Amino acid sequence: MLMIDCPWCGNRDESEFMYGGEGNIVRPQDPESISDDSWSDYLFMRKNTKGLYMEQWLHSYGCRRWFLAERETVSYEILNTHKIGEINPESKS
Amino acid sequence: MSEIPTAKSSIEKELNSIPTFNTLNESSVFISEKRFKDHINLRLDISDDGNVDALGNILGVEVPIEPNTVNINGEVSVLWLGPDEWLILTTECYPNSMLDRLSKGLIGKVASIVDMSGGQTVINLDGPNSMNLLAKGCTLDLHPRVFGDGKCAQTIIAKTGVIIRKIDNSPSYDLIVRRSYADYLVLWIKDAAREYGLSLAK
Repeated sequence: MLMIDCPWCGNRDESEFMYGGEGNIVRPQDPESISDDSWSDYLFMRKNTKGLYMEQWLHSYGCRRWFLAERETVSYEILNTHKIGEINPESKS
Repeated sequence: MSEIPTAKSSIEKELNSIPTFNTLNESSVFISEKRFKDHINLRLDISDDGNVDALGNILGVEVPIEPNTVNINGEVSVLWLGPDEWLILTTECYPNSMLDRLSKGLIGKVASIVDMSGGQTVINLDGPNSMNLLAKGCTLDLHPRVFGDGKCAQTIIAKTGVIIRKIDNSPSYDLIVRRSYADYLVLWIKDAAREYGLSLAK
């Protein structure tokens, strides 16, 4: 079983967490003015990275906070976890 | 004339089937329920100093900032649940209950105060083997050097979401659990405690 380092609670068992898909995605500043393609890209399109991947996780049975985890998708190793807002979101181009 | 409703424990029947022993059985785990406490879930942004002061005045104790810790003031315990969320456990003192004092004291603030008293209960486990018993269904490291006095944690015991709180080093733990899951948890405890023996604490 994996141990995941919740930025608030520390190391906890994987069974306490829920996966939330790709993390650190920038919401468009002005959704009204962008094209439907860009909006649907923001809403639905996610990377499927082989290698280092920034993800959202929820400590659902613990402090119930969302946080970011950098995970190696090949080995499943979680390298780092961050509180939301701790690192700058990368704009998706 | 209508009958005055009386509070009932959801695990009374299960607990009453557990024997009580007058003589201390060395290996036994003692179980009891801390019934009908006030459980209040509080959410408030504490980056505002005014909020912290207002809250401290009402509770008589500062809210814990360090994750998974408890601050105590007499009958009032404040458990850390999140960076802006706490569980306040207290005993009701009408007419000036904690719920009223919080609702009045935090007027004008952006806060959430939810009375959980009817939805949760507290099961206490005591005795030298209580840690070993919990370890059977819990993935937390419960060793005293990691999970000492004044610590609490929201986690899973035997598939049930609970808040574990370390009371003292006898060791004694409070399990704060939803009332609808409480009888399941007591049944699991009864089974898990078979090798140690389980006694109802009086």
